[in-house]
Amino acid sequence: MSAYCGQYHDELIATAAYIGTPGKGILAADESTGTIGKRLASINVENVEENRRALRELLFLTPGALQYLSGVIFFEETLYQKTADGTPFVDVLKKGGVIPGIKVDKGTVELAGTNGETTTQGHDDLGKRCKKYYEAGARFAKWRAVLNIGPNEPSQLSIDANANGLARYAIICQENGLVPIVEPEILVDGPHDIAKCADVTERVLAACYKALNDHHVLLEGTLLKPNMVTPGSESAKVAPEVIAEYTVRALQRTVPPAVPAIVFLSGGQSEEEATLNLNAMNKLKGKKPWSLSFSFGRALQKSTLKAWQGKAENVEKARIAFLARCKANSEATLGVYKGDAAGGEGVSESLHVKDYKY
Amino acid sequence: MASLQLTAPSSQWIAGKAPFAWRNSPRTAAVPRRVAVRPIRAGSYTDELVQTAKSIASPGRGILAIDESNATCGKRLASIGLENTEENRQAYRQLLLTTPGLGAYISGAIFFEETLYQSTTDGKKFVDCLLQEKIMPGIKVDKGLVPLPGSNNESWCQGLDGLASRCAEYYKQGARFAKWRTVVSIPSGPSALAVKEAAWGLARYAAIAQDNGLVPIVEPEILLDGDHPIERTLQVAEKVWAEVFFYLAENNVVFEGILLKPSMVTPGAEHKERASPETIARYTLKMLNRRVPPAVPGIMFLSGGQSEVEATLNLNAMNQGPNPWHVSFSYARALQNSVLKTWQGRPENIEAAQKALLVRAKANSLAQLGQYSAEGETEGAKKGMFQKGYTY
Repeated sequence: MSAYCGQYHDELIATAAYIGTPGKGILAADESTGTIGKRLASINVENVEENRRALRELLFLTPGALQYLSGVIFFEETLYQKTADGTPFVDVLKKGGVIPGIKVDKGTVELAGTNGETTTQGHDDLGKRCKKYYEAGARFAKWRAVLNIGPNEPSQLSIDANANGLARYAIICQENGLVPIVEPEILVDGPHDIAKCADVTERVLAACYKALNDHHVLLEGTLLKPNMVTPGSESAKVAPEVIAEYTVRALQRTVPPAVPAIVFLSGGQSEEEATLNLNAMNKLKGKKPWSLSFSFGRALQKSTLKAWQGKAENVEKARIAFLARCKANSEATLGVYKGDAAGGEGVSESLHVKDYKY
Repeated sequence: MASLQLTAPSSQWIAGKAPFAWRNSPRTAAVPRRVAVRPIRAGSYTDELVQTAKSIASPGRGILAIDESNATCGKRLASIGLENTEENRQAYRQLLLTTPGLGAYISGAIFFEETLYQSTTDGKKFVDCLLQEKIMPGIKVDKGLVPLPGSNNESWCQGLDGLASRCAEYYKQGARFAKWRTVVSIPSGPSALAVKEAAWGLARYAAIAQDNGLVPIVEPEILLDGDHPIERTLQVAEKVWAEVFFYLAENNVVFEGILLKPSMVTPGAEHKERASPETIARYTLKMLNRRVPPAVPGIMFLSGGQSEVEATLNLNAMNQGPNPWHVSFSYARALQNSVLKTWQGRPENIEAAQKALLVRAKANSLAQLGQYSAEGETEGAKKGMFQKGYTY
């Protein structure tokens, strides 16, 4: 066969297209238990299941927020959780027209013979797990590969291993009814300039699509979650228009039009930065046959967390902050964001953590 | 001389790499590294290449391919009873290239080497005839197909030796784009070896051409020969183009400065069912959407043995909606067949023959805009030109 054409063919295409609906994007709420613990710790909240549940309920029940979202990525625990009055989160989302997704990778491990580069694990029994998640209501999955820029990085081995890992994950998902989000994150850490980031991004994406094609993945039933093309974290910042130009050009050179949507990761940018960059991309004139949207974790939740502080009396204030970021990013996907959510507390704080372990 | 230390960490014998630092052991001093190889995406010709490609990929226009080798041109001349002499070849190309108003429908013309250096009988360079009509001159730079050892009786395309200096010379003579045709045969497999060689050869040629100022047309022709269904053609085409783009990227080719010349996705010539233009368009566009990055400005289809009208109808069907790249034609037989028949080698027929060329060129121009209708086409134009085992 040329590309996957099994029983889920039409559903995969419809799901992927829906996620790319202009005006909508993805909330990445799939922090592992360890990682969400760090977030909660930063506002002095204990890392117990009830608090994790409470945070996600805060987000999902924000009045008016779901209209700006086409999908939410869950961690496994959250997929099976409910609101305080017993409604499964999955049902809350479905009612609001939001598709549930699920993180399926099992983290990164080091590649021997490299300078600390990694590959991502999680292929064993992945088909069985996907089937289970499909039954629980998930319709898309996510798998994060990580690469970095250094004097000898990313190495050919890292590129090949991660591209192949992503392709293998992607076809297994499709065989089990889940749209795979393909995420080859190139970390922002480093003193390199934006041209170097562009060069590496283009090389990595070319390898990814080669692998996806070799594995017969149905591109129309996938999504791409790349980094934006930016200068390294230790390099001087540039304007959103410059980021937009380099990013869109890199995508024009590597992403076939069959891919319906590209949902960017925020990777440590502040909430406002991430929104402004996405907005600039959608204002840019040029060939963009895929929709350009967001799949933000930190860049949607930072100011919300700050407002909440884990206290019930702050829930309303926190929800206002969350709604503001959702709306701002929705406008950014249409290229009409006016910068009016910039006044929120904490929205311009960098979320970059050196050598961030997700 | 460095010796292989079999007990050392595997990466140490790779020259220039810093020694692998095992966790918890002191870091050794870094071996001075090679200069980090940053691929140079912009060469000295990049802006010009992008402009040339844009000009060729302009709306309502396509390419006239007249790069038949002397031997192949001889076949064309023989079909109308003419001897294969340089004079006759020059006379025939002059007929085509002095057609008034050709530039309304044609954006580029591909030459064989001999023709690039020829002029009209009153001394005007062919290159200048083209430039006057805002048509870009192009040049075939490959050295033909030869048997590929170890394959399933398949071919590979020669021509990399001395290619850089050839391209530089052609650029001086006025050429601004190049063409290299390799083939893939579905009845022969195709073997993975043949596909890899076809893709790699194209990628190397493309990088060299760009380095010397010529926009490379990338042509892996999947031959029409065979009795396979259209689904099989789609499968093979997707594999071939995946390989091609991967190697083009590895060779640091600038995609904004290339053009593609694919075959349309059709059933094999000997398949029991013909496919409609709408079906051909659907399968071909599916393949293009799955494989061609939007940075590529133009896709100029080859006709490969289809009749003149078929080639036009299929192109028209592909342009019924917007595409992220210019979808057009690069036709040889499908533009020249009626012209040759009208000319018959007689000077008194030149005007009529030139009119015949304009008729075909205009039809394909309309097809590029999605506005072609087949009413009023002659029977001759509808006649298929497929030849089993056709050697070009």
